[in-house]
Amino acid sequence: MSDVAVTIAVNGRPRELVVPARELLLDSLRDRLGLTGAKRSCEVQVCGTCTVLVDGEPVSACTYLTCDADGRDVLTIEGFAATAEFAEFERAFTDRAALQCGFCTPGFLLTLKALRDAGELRDRNDVIAGLDGNICRCTGYKSIVEAAESLAGAPAP
Amino acid sequence: MSTKPAADPSVSADRVGRSEPRKDAGEKASGRAQFAGDINVPRMLHGKVLRSELPHAKIASIDTAAAAAMPGVVAVLTGPELDDLDPYWGHAIKDRPILAMDRVRFVGDPIAAVAAEDEATAEAALREIVVDYEELPVAGTIAEAIAEDAPLIHEGALRPGLFHGLGKLPEREGNVCYRYRLDAGSTELAEAEAELTVEGEYEFPAVYQYAMETHTVVADFGDGEVTLWASCQHPFLVRAEIADLFNLPIGRVRVIVPYLGGGFGSKSYTKMEPITAALSRKASRPVRIQNRVDESMVTTRRHGMRCRMTTTADRDGRLRSRSVRLWLDTGAYADNGPRVCATAGDAAPGPYRWEAVHVDASCVYSNTAPAGSYRAFGAVHLQWIGELQIDELARQAGLDPLEIRRRNLLRPGQPVRPDGTGKPLDADLVGDVEKAAAAVGWSEPKGEWTGRGVAVGLLAAGAHPVSSANVRMESDGTAEVNVGTTEMGQGARTVMAQIAAQELAIDTADVTVQGADTRFTPYDRSTGASRSTTLAGLAVQRAAADLRERLLATAADAWGTDRSELAVADGMVHGAGREASYSQLMAERFGFSGGELVGQGEVRPEQGSGSYAEGPVFWEICIAAAQVEVDPETGSVSVDRMATIADVGKAINPLLVERQDEGAVLQGVGNALFEEMVYADGELTNSNLLDYRVPRIDDMPEQMTGIIVENADGPGPYGAKGCGEGAQAATPAAVATALADAGVPMTQLPLTPERVWRRIQQLKEADTG
Repeated sequence: MSDVAVTIAVNGRPRELVVPARELLLDSLRDRLGLTGAKRSCEVQVCGTCTVLVDGEPVSACTYLTCDADGRDVLTIEGFAATAEFAEFERAFTDRAALQCGFCTPGFLLTLKALRDAGELRDRNDVIAGLDGNICRCTGYKSIVEAAESLAGAPAP
Repeated sequence: MSTKPAADPSVSADRVGRSEPRKDAGEKASGRAQFAGDINVPRMLHGKVLRSELPHAKIASIDTAAAAAMPGVVAVLTGPELDDLDPYWGHAIKDRPILAMDRVRFVGDPIAAVAAEDEATAEAALREIVVDYEELPVAGTIAEAIAEDAPLIHEGALRPGLFHGLGKLPEREGNVCYRYRLDAGSTELAEAEAELTVEGEYEFPAVYQYAMETHTVVADFGDGEVTLWASCQHPFLVRAEIADLFNLPIGRVRVIVPYLGGGFGSKSYTKMEPITAALSRKASRPVRIQNRVDESMVTTRRHGMRCRMTTTADRDGRLRSRSVRLWLDTGAYADNGPRVCATAGDAAPGPYRWEAVHVDASCVYSNTAPAGSYRAFGAVHLQWIGELQIDELARQAGLDPLEIRRRNLLRPGQPVRPDGTGKPLDADLVGDVEKAAAAVGWSEPKGEWTGRGVAVGLLAAGAHPVSSANVRMESDGTAEVNVGTTEMGQGARTVMAQIAAQELAIDTADVTVQGADTRFTPYDRSTGASRSTTLAGLAVQRAAADLRERLLATAADAWGTDRSELAVADGMVHGAGREASYSQLMAERFGFSGGELVGQGEVRPEQGSGSYAEGPVFWEICIAAAQVEVDPETGSVSVDRMATIADVGKAINPLLVERQDEGAVLQGVGNALFEEMVYADGELTNSNLLDYRVPRIDDMPEQMTGIIVENADGPGPYGAKGCGEGAQAATPAAVATALADAGVPMTQLPLTPERVWRRIQQLKEADTG
């Protein structure tokens, strides 16, 4: 098993890692970089709780090889939470109690950010289609849809 | 701050009854909230569990030498090594070894555990362990387990666990580990006389709770003590079981509970803690075990059930009798099966007036994964069946489903249990079900293949009424609530903060609520059975009121006035022409800018022992209405409208109450329409979330209405009583009755398109034949 040297811009900061070729991005983020906001759950790309953005696109970090992120930008919830834009997302969820246990919440927020950045968060249909890859077991989704609809439209300036 | 009169003249505040923002929202949105799997302890190892590949077998030998010799492997543990312990545990029945002793009873039964420097090494080491099995005959279904010649899954006498809470456990009968019977009047007589009868056989599937955070434990076994960071709902019961297993004083077992990534009952009682603690003991280092989804699926699940039910009535729709025989599949170990069985038996009659009821409920071992608690257990199993039969009788009597319920539902104050024992009804069921029906447009015209249904049930809630709490005031006038309730998403920390803020007349933002650490947190029985707001909340209310009295006494002493002249409002003590902030009073008391005041609160049985038979603490109301549409070409059912009733006495935080029920509805939709653990020859065939489907965002009903009913008739603070489970019991029932109303009465859940389509064909043939 060979190790691979990679450079990944994690939350805007270049990180140089030497990892086994088979190492998953989720494990690198959680175990090597201490970024535990992305969670492990289904491990088959169904639940979305490990979602991070790679070059702005949502990916399931539980099935994404760290070496494939070489040279790319990775945004985790910790990085997103440090931006000014995040406050609007947090408020949308907090005001509507659109989170309960919170295990899935970072994945939903990052997916919504990617949708909005891509101009694909315009209305309720976009919300339902765009969040199809994120499971929440607590809320029954209604509050999440309401929160997401409040974020729909052009990105905040 | 606006104020309104409160029950206690010593306080005016309005923190309760407001939809305050969740205390944990910021931490959770930003990914800072810590779950058990995020905790790293210095020198921590990673544990993995070798699980049985066979449903029933003797273990002839286990060879761990190659695994133990691998670089990076620190410890390999098997059952027979635990010879200094009585290694059996189980809160209801002590039937479960920490690791297999000489026999495995289900696919997934833990045989050995490995601790290694990293998870990949531990996993690799599992593959080096060689197990030699001798296969035994398998009882993989209820029918096989109750057959005359069924293989016995457990032998010898049942050993009661520490917390079965069911009086004297009956003797084991074959593979039946618990039996609940209830008889009132003569069902034979009623069935002979009744003018209308409906009878049927029904099946309810085993389902998986899928808390997204899988069972996760970090254990650090030291010198005569152990510390556990565990994703557990009931830290104090886990503490007691671990102390019992490892012969430790209770105080030398410390259970720390971070946030839980969902529970829903799957993390109630003890689960992965014994293996993790034993492995840490062997390795002499901290160990983390984090289940994979396929492991959590076989750690606990909801009971599958078979049921025969007969209900009778007179032609005018007056209900007469109900007779129920049911078998719950509890899998290889009892887990919470006995309690689930008793609760199912309790729910079986439904909330109606009967002249005769017969219930006989068996909890059956089988060679499948152990089954335990899942939201609304027992009630969810029975309500859809009982309510389908009520609707069929209404149809035969020519009555609207609402009308037959108006005529027969129990009224407040009437005994719920047909034998007259336990707590009488504490809610207005008729009013509730009418509200739910109206919300789905009960009397509106509807198209072909569209149906509407209602469902009414009761769930014995509250578990054992023992909770305690303390509230500490710091020198700056802010408060800290110490209460054992586990925050698993339900919003407990927010609600507890609101209760303390109400009693102290301070802002909720000035109250901190911590997770349980059994070394410091006062005892609380458990987080489940919808009990936390009602019982732990009452303990918090009492603790905060006790603290308030200490503040008032401090002011009375300082000012030389009588306590009765003083009251609190806006974070100040007022009276006798003076006022002072809490921080000023703290400084006055201690003569220094430090010190603390602590108030204590306790809840315990007010009369009797608080046993199940004397209970419940309250009856949780399970009421919903649904509108569904079925596609006759495909058999596909869509739930278009859902309405649920949260009959909560008093909503401490109305928004959180609504959100609880929305979550319960979607879990109920999954249970009704597609969730099912499929076993073949004792093996689970859909042990991942591709093959086991849970509700996604597009499964949400188009219209979901949550109705809060506040009659201040609960035993909790401000007349509150719990919620969050009732909607889950009522949802599958309302969906099933609505589907029957659309013309497709079903006798098996889930209501998959194939089953529904076949039933439609069968009904068509019967029609034309």
